[in-house]
Amino acid sequence: MPHIALPEPDVGVLRRRPILIEGLRNRVGMDLLILDEEGRRAYETDAFTAYRRVPMLVVLPRTTDEVSKILKYCFENDVKVIPRGAGTSLSGGALPSEDAIVLCISKMNRVLEVDYANRFARVEAGITNLAITAHVAEKGFFYAPDPSSQLACTLAGNLAMNSGGAHCLKYGVTTHNVLGIKMVLIDGTIVEIGGSVLERSGYDLLSLVVGSEGQFGVITEATVKIIPAAEAARPMMIGFRSPEAAGSCVAAIIASGIIPVAIEYMDRAAIEVCEAFAGAGYPLDVEALLIIEVEGSENEIGILLGRIAEIAAKHDPKTVVISSGPEQSARIWAGRKAAFGAIGRISDYLCMDGTIPLAQLPHALTRISQICAEHGLKVANIFHAGDGNLHPLILYDANAPGEAERAEMAGEAILRLCVELGGCLTGEHGVGIEKRELMSAQFSATDLAVQMRIKTVFDPTWRLNPAKVFPLGLSEGLRAGNVGSAPEAA
Amino acid sequence: MLEALRRPPSHGAIVTELMRPAAEWELQSMIAKLVSQKRSVEIVGHGALRNAGRAVRSSVVMSTAGLKGVTLYEPTEIVMSARAGTPVYEIESILAARGQMLPFEPVDLGPATGAPGGALSIGGIFATNFSGARRIAVGSARDHLLGVRAVNGRGELFKSGGRVMKNVTGLDVARGLAGSWGTLAVLTEVTFKVAPLPQTMLTLAYSGLPDDLAIEALTVAMGTPLEVSGAVHLPKSCASRLQRGKLKGIDQSVTLVRLETFSTAIEARRDKLKSALAVYGTPIELDPEETWTLWSEFRALSVMPFSTETSLWRIVTLPTKAAEIVFSIRKFMDAVAFYDWGGALIWLEVPSAADAGAADVRRAVATHGGHATLIRAQPEVRASVDVFEPMRPEIERLTRGIKFAFDPDGLLNRGRMYANL
Repeated sequence: MPHIALPEPDVGVLRRRPILIEGLRNRVGMDLLILDEEGRRAYETDAFTAYRRVPMLVVLPRTTDEVSKILKYCFENDVKVIPRGAGTSLSGGALPSEDAIVLCISKMNRVLEVDYANRFARVEAGITNLAITAHVAEKGFFYAPDPSSQLACTLAGNLAMNSGGAHCLKYGVTTHNVLGIKMVLIDGTIVEIGGSVLERSGYDLLSLVVGSEGQFGVITEATVKIIPAAEAARPMMIGFRSPEAAGSCVAAIIASGIIPVAIEYMDRAAIEVCEAFAGAGYPLDVEALLIIEVEGSENEIGILLGRIAEIAAKHDPKTVVISSGPEQSARIWAGRKAAFGAIGRISDYLCMDGTIPLAQLPHALTRISQICAEHGLKVANIFHAGDGNLHPLILYDANAPGEAERAEMAGEAILRLCVELGGCLTGEHGVGIEKRELMSAQFSATDLAVQMRIKTVFDPTWRLNPAKVFPLGLSEGLRAGNVGSAPEAA
Repeated sequence: MLEALRRPPSHGAIVTELMRPAAEWELQSMIAKLVSQKRSVEIVGHGALRNAGRAVRSSVVMSTAGLKGVTLYEPTEIVMSARAGTPVYEIESILAARGQMLPFEPVDLGPATGAPGGALSIGGIFATNFSGARRIAVGSARDHLLGVRAVNGRGELFKSGGRVMKNVTGLDVARGLAGSWGTLAVLTEVTFKVAPLPQTMLTLAYSGLPDDLAIEALTVAMGTPLEVSGAVHLPKSCASRLQRGKLKGIDQSVTLVRLETFSTAIEARRDKLKSALAVYGTPIELDPEETWTLWSEFRALSVMPFSTETSLWRIVTLPTKAAEIVFSIRKFMDAVAFYDWGGALIWLEVPSAADAGAADVRRAVATHGGHATLIRAQPEVRASVDVFEPMRPEIERLTRGIKFAFDPDGLLNRGRMYANL
């Protein structure tokens, strides 16, 4: 699928491979290196699987000190480095190149310190998202961001992509839940940004690093907030005859002063597939389904769900089901959380991740259906309605000639639509390679120059995860190592 | 009010030119002209923060007061955009009319620093990122910032972020500008998340607890799932300044915990909180009206003495270290402390001294963790003492790099945060 351009590998670097292997072996030992092709092939892609490149070698450090030695060596020898956590990026954020080293920190996965009184946990960044919560759950705490891949994805990847999840309407995304990091810069310098206190002094460098998609440094440790878990949580399902009714119901709930922990929207296509897969008990005779979860004490939950049901009643719902208990709640969520897998069983799909203002939902859904139809494709829509994050899943057949390209083109048109409607290209998956060239649809040349200058402060020679995030044409000079070629605004 | 801007900030330079752009394009062209002339400029809103922190020595002052007005408000999407010079009180009254609020309770340092109260602009809030009591429950001003439009020190107008809650498109430059005190770019418009006003609220007030026990009680409260939305401790010297209601004239320390939720749920939460805090005594309960008034006062720090003979510090630390920090500073000076954020924030007033007590304050903070910012002191003291926590070399390297990326000639608010930056 040649739609997205990838730079040609640097032949000079490929030729130096034996020397580079020797150099790294002398610095960190053979145990940390993966050299054989089969081993390296395991790292050739991430969850954006249409693109694959086998890296020159893979290194799996165990300590910050080792990360520092590896990066310093790569910097001195002018080698590109692709930082990697669990490789679950949906935008190609961890896609290697043939002339790069993959630095994977999945072995750094220990919990270093938990302080319940001050409500933070200090961990190695290769820990999985869910393992943090698992570690503190016994004391009634949790780590809030909950991306769908939370069983596998690492905190390092979450920090790089500023990951969200279904419950971020109430608790925010990664940037709201991290207090400090230890990061290694490309020249091997170890920096500590922030700490365990609530705020940082001076410029908010942490805000710039979180979401920088592995382009600023390799994060080896992080201190995150842990939050007392609510006594209980319970979802309800409301089925509607039209997307308009569902959209105005969400608006009415928020206008009433209720901010649920999650408001998930599924269209008819998504409902059917998920129900067939998970038997969640979803109504099959509706055009739109909302799953709304609230939390608190049992009594509070009852009151809130009752009020939401009252509001929903004014929007002509076809079905209103309040979960009767933990078993039904689990089933309701299982259907939603299995959505991507369920759709993957029946078709290849491309998962888009644009964000739109809520009021634009009906219009956006109509246009998305039109766009996909124009490209001869079907679409299922899943939407984090509370925060406007839309996931159209464009269905295609990878074996049918030209369909994958058409799916990519439809996806591009959908993302341009999101920007046009006042939203953005990506709500939680990141830019990676997927949306790199579309950045110019959302940002002016000046906006991008401002961002690229910041990247250059952290990584002056553009060796860390280059050829991602920014349009290739704009970053060309910088990636070639011309420090002086900082882009000027057009 | 604007005429006051013609006067130099305390210990600043003589102001010869006051620029008052009325629109974003005008602001950009004014900055571009200053850039071409390599003239530095002090950036202000209505002047509420002008006496806080380090003074800028610049003969040109630019006020964003002319950039006024809410440009977008969608109550059903809990989002608002406003031009940077819009007064906060205007924004809060527009929000209140729709039953909403700025959730992070911005702090107005005007009264504490001898500037007029109520002069705070929405741009100033995000430029300084000073959040009030509800921050512990909902996050800071920075956390609520979704997007900005701004002009940097190259004269370029740029945007970052947007109006939607979830947005990871490119770098989070908007939040990176929060707390940069106008030294990187002049904010022209900000977009932020708002929240519904709570249906009801109450405060439990525990009296007579010494600082360490009080912080312990607040830590217990914050460890419950009851969504405590304010956790403050007033030692006796602050508590005795309370002017109204049941706590007026109280002659001992007061430890306050605020709850906010639906009216049908609040009593159950109150009972649970009381039982979690039973060992700390029997609280006085303040009703919604009194709760509203009391916590509004905290936003102007009106429980502090504010003598002209004192300096004011803002210390961010771990709650469990807060009382120890104050205790160790009190060995050297007569300090008045107001603990917010469950102890994670200390407003500390100390007697005037040549260094505003910096040596002792910074030593105590360094020992226990956190950082301290000098907010108010005699002008010559603020000019000679580090106002922000001194930086480690590798952080200073990045900080200088960022400043250069935005403002290579060092024209915007030079010296506002650090003497040589």
